[in-house]
Parts: sequence; C-alpha cells; structure tokens
Amino acid sequence: MKYIDEFRDNKIANNISRAIFDKARNLGPINLMEVCGTHTMSICKFGIRGMLPENINLISGPGCPVCVTPKSYLDKAIAISTLPDVVLTTFGDMMRVPGSRSSLEKEKSCGRSIKVVYSVLDAVEMAEKNSDKKIVFLGIGFETTSPTVAASLAYAKKKNLKNFFVYSGHKIIPPAMEILAKDPAVAIDGFLCPAHVSAIIGTGPYKIIAGKYRIPCVIAGFEPLDVLQGILMLIEQIGSNSSYVENQYKRVVKSSGNKKATALLDKVFSVEDSEWRGIGRLAKSGLRLSRDYSRFDALKAFSLPEVKTTPDKGCRCGSVLKGIKTPIECKLFSKKCTPQDPQGACMVSSEGACAAYHRYRR
Amino acid sequence: MKKITLSHGSGGRLMHELIKGLFIKNLDNPYLNKLGDSALIHAKNKDLAYTTDSFVISPIFFPGGDIGKLSVCGTVNDLCVSGANPRYLSCGMIVEEGFDYSDLERITLSIKQTCKKAGVYVVAGDFKVVEKGAADRIFINTSGIGELYDNARISSSRIRPGDKVIISGTIGDHGAAVLLAREELKFKSRISSDCACLNDLVSSIISSDVKFMRDPTRGGLATTLNEIAQEIGYNIGIDEKTLPVKESVMALCEILGLEPLYMANEGKVVLVVSSKSASRILSRIKKHDLGRGARIIGEIDREKGKKVYLKTKIGSSRILDMLIGEHLPRIC
Repeated sequence: MKYIDEFRDNKIANNISRAIFDKARNLGPINLMEVCGTHTMSICKFGIRGMLPENINLISGPGCPVCVTPKSYLDKAIAISTLPDVVLTTFGDMMRVPGSRSSLEKEKSCGRSIKVVYSVLDAVEMAEKNSDKKIVFLGIGFETTSPTVAASLAYAKKKNLKNFFVYSGHKIIPPAMEILAKDPAVAIDGFLCPAHVSAIIGTGPYKIIAGKYRIPCVIAGFEPLDVLQGILMLIEQIGSNSSYVENQYKRVVKSSGNKKATALLDKVFSVEDSEWRGIGRLAKSGLRLSRDYSRFDALKAFSLPEVKTTPDKGCRCGSVLKGIKTPIECKLFSKKCTPQDPQGACMVSSEGACAAYHRYRR
Repeated sequence: MKKITLSHGSGGRLMHELIKGLFIKNLDNPYLNKLGDSALIHAKNKDLAYTTDSFVISPIFFPGGDIGKLSVCGTVNDLCVSGANPRYLSCGMIVEEGFDYSDLERITLSIKQTCKKAGVYVVAGDFKVVEKGAADRIFINTSGIGELYDNARISSSRIRPGDKVIISGTIGDHGAAVLLAREELKFKSRISSDCACLNDLVSSIISSDVKFMRDPTRGGLATTLNEIAQEIGYNIGIDEKTLPVKESVMALCEILGLEPLYMANEGKVVLVVSSKSASRILSRIKKHDLGRGARIIGEIDREKGKKVYLKTKIGSSRILDMLIGEHLPRIC
C-alpha cells in the first residue's frame, strides 16, 4: 500500500540496521528514550529491538497520555458519571484504566451512561442532538489531541451549546522531558522525540533539552524505517559528541509547527501545574480551560461528591514511565497485572510500555 | 464485585478464561471439554457433529450480509470445520417489541436463501418477544447437526512440526465491514463482509491430509492461531508478508491503529495440513470461489511451546498474542 509499504521495506531496514551496528560499535552502553507511546508500539509491533546491537537500550518514556493520567482523574471522572443526566464520553483507551475502586468499563457494565467516541466531534454532535443530556468529554492527550478538543470548544462556544463540557486532563510533553533530562536516576543519552506532537509544537521546544542538558534530540516518524533512521541519527550525534535537535520526520513536521493549532490552544486553554501518574506534580505541564471557556469546564460546572484516591500498591508505573525500570522488573508484571486485569495504567493502553511488553515481548 | 463486561464476550483471552473457569468447570463432560467448534457424538452407527451459536450483531444489516445470513453461516461453518456435512438447523429468535415486521421478513428470507445455498434445513424453531429495552432489536440462536465425512480426520492431535498453515482468503473483512456499517466513523468505503457458508469449499478439499480446520471469527486469525498453538504444544511461525489483507481493510486498520489479524472473519477457514500435501490442497482451495485468495501463511515450529511468532515485514520477529479485551463489540 502506498505510503505504508515503502516505510516498511525489508532491504532498507536491514541497511539502516547495519549502519547502526557499525556506528554504535565502540560507543559503550547507550540509553535512548522514545518519548511517545506510538513509538513504543511501533518498536514492539515491528520487532525493532531485534535489529539493534545489544549496547543500545531503548527506554519507553512518559508519552502515553492514558498512562500518565493520575488515578485521581479517573476517580473524578467516575464521580461525574454518577451525576443525573450526564453522558460521559471518552476515547476507548480510558475505559479499563483502574481508578481507586473501579474503572469506566466496570461502571458502564453497572449501567452508567458512558460512551466511547472516536472523536471529540462525536461528543459535540451528541450534545447538539440531546439537549436534555449533559455531555461530558474526557479530554486526555498531548499536543496531538488537545487542538481538536480546543476546536470543539471553540465550536461549542460559537453555537452557544449549554450542555457540552470538557474535563481536561491534557498535558504538555516538553516539561516532562525536561524533568527526565534533569533526573540523575534517569541516564538518557538521546531522545527520540514524538512525531505528531512535534507536528503541532515544531522543533523549538526541544532546544533546551539539546542545549542546556546536552542530550541529542531527533524527531522521528512512526513507521519502522522512520524509527530506525531516527535511532541512527541519534547514534551519529552521540558518536560525534554533539547534541542538537534534528528532524527525521520532515514530510510532516515543520520546524515552526502548526501555528494555527497552537494559537487555538492558547485561546482555549491556559497552562497549569499538573499531576502525572508515577512522576508527580510537574510545573506548567497541563492544560485547563481558560477564563473565556470556563463555563465548559466540567469540574466547575458540576459539584462532585467527595472523591478519595488511594495510593498505588506495588505498581511500578512511575519508574517505568521515567525509564528507571523496565516493565519486566515490576513484580506485578504479567502476574497480578495483565491487560485483562490491569493494576497500572501502563498495562491498559495499547501504547503503554507494560502492555506493549506483555503483548509482544514475553 | 466481579461483573461481566463486554470484554468477556469478545472471543479473546478473558472469554477463554470464563469458558474454562466457569462453564467447563461446572458442565464438565468429555464432549464439551474438547472445546471443538462442534461436539462429536456417536448415534447408531453415525458419527455426528452438533453445535450452537448465538447472534447479537449490531447493526443487523451490513454490507455483505445480515443477522439472518450470519446465523446460518456461523453454525454451518462450525460444523464443517469439524469435518461434518451440515444437515439440520434449529433457529430461535428473541425480538424486542416494536421491531418492524418488514425487517423480520427480510431476515427470514435471508435465512431461507442462505440455507438453500448451503443445502441445509431449519427443522425446528422458536420465537419470543420481549418488552422494549429487554433486547436490542433481534437476537438469533441457531444450532446445527452435521454428519461427519467418512474421510475426515480433523483433530489437533494429528498436527506435527513442519505442517503448513493455510488461510482461505483475505483477513479482517467482516470486522472492518461491521465497524464501518455502524456509521460512527463516517468513512466511505466499499468494504463488504466475507460472511459465507464454507461447507461447499470444505467438502471439495476434505481428506485425511487436512489435519485441522477452524473458522477465525471473533478474535481474528491471531486468536485462532493461539488456540491451535495451545492445543498442540508447539510454537507456530507466521510470515506477515504472506498474509492476505485487502488494501481497503489495511487502510482502515492503519488509520485506527487496529490489526487485521485481530479482526473477525465470517467466511474464512484456517487449515493445518501436512507439508507434502500443502501445495496440492492450496491449489484445490484456490479453485473454489471462496478460496481464490488462499495462501500458505506459516508452519508449525519444531520448537515446543504455546506461542505464535510473527516474522514482521521489516524482517524481525515478535510474539503474536491472543486478542486481549474487546476489539469491537457485537460483531456476530
């Protein structure tokens, strides 16, 4: 298939793999972090680890939006679903993420009105068609997803919709990368930067990582040849002892990003401190609805019953998200914690590091 | 408290655990415990296969079929992959009050046509109506009896390392067609379900060289291959580049992050055959209308294990697991 097969070519993959073997030979152990969950998926799905030398260690980063959503968010989302006339709409990945006592999937099986949508626009349409219901959308995702939510809010405002709300759990990638770059426990030699997040934010936000922290950054696409080439570019930077931001994914990512999308984000959201599952509260790393849009903010529109969030027991999602531990090093992995009965969010989303390890690497 | 979720009915790992942990545990008997597509029973010098299946698909009409056609094909196929010639069906319908008569008629006519084509009869039936909201439009259960072919020796215990795995055509068509028919995605496409009765195809190839057959419905080809690997205790190796997938189905899967390997089929059969008979059987399958896209997709490993390995397009290898959780609810 055009645009797919040429990026999965066996011969080219072997050539890049050989070049990586050649250039990494004398570099000692190298830790590369793929920040984005879709990279993790691609690496596992195509068996990319099998094409790399043993001294290159790929670490899965915090770039699966479902995985970094804290338990307290789910507990509140479940609380919202109990309110009268509310229809909770969400992307499918969120359904099985465990909250403190339940999950959206379990609540749905008890008769709560929870609907999986493929796009936030479906939720808006639902609000337009059902004026007697309050449609709440769970806004989860990074810069790839948040512009579509911003666009739906701008539309809802224009149409003066009174029954559409967003519970924003949106997060921003670069602050999390900076925390990881600073953390002495996480020794990262290079970042494989996310593809579609970068299509929105451009190359600028990574400059601080490459400049101040001297860690090479390569923005790479999600197809296997993109990933392999991205890794080769990182190895070349490491080999020449340099660190700068490179863009492998030029067919999609412009260095200036998508200005229309970022302008919309600035209008609809404002930046706030945000809780990342397992990582903690990070300064200026989340998005809440701006003052102009606060009437669409689910947390402001509804008074919620008190929600108690219990701490995780034994789950190492935090260390996995930081790349300090691999999923296999967690005691619960594939035993108490499986995709059927996940204990941590990394096991739920198909992009989560634990789910990817469970599915493809056991 | 433990609840039944949609994932328990998806055909994946959770459903397998439920079947073994609840149904087999309590209803335990040698016929059921074999977990075949049909039970094999012996009645007065005749070897019979007996099976049942329920159909709750939404939407009830979709490109390539409807719930009526599906309810005949599903049961006919379970019988024929067990090595039986399907003969008699029962058909029970549960209908929600307010259901359109014309739709019921359309479904009945579809059952009639499909039975005629497959050469089977509906010989017993039941019809119940429940209050609004107690069912979603219409649910159908069919059961079926078939006579085992004299020359059929279908058993996973006959599978040996080196045996070849064949799929009778493109994978994922039914799952993709139903997904699109729900109109939630608003894609335009001509993807049509592969819903079809396989008994004619199977009867044209049945011989002792065919060691095992299964129709990869819910959970898709990946789940069926895992079931086989677990039964035989040998790993199975599959080559991704040989998998037949329609370009339209592939495109849909790429956009949505789905894998055709996990999408349901309703008119395909997976066969395990001896290595030396593989090309002969393949060419016979290809002669049949329903088998034109057939391919050899892999083989049984020499290595003991219960896993399925996929050689990826870029030349590496990875584990191909069973479907976990719900891929797409109510596809059959």
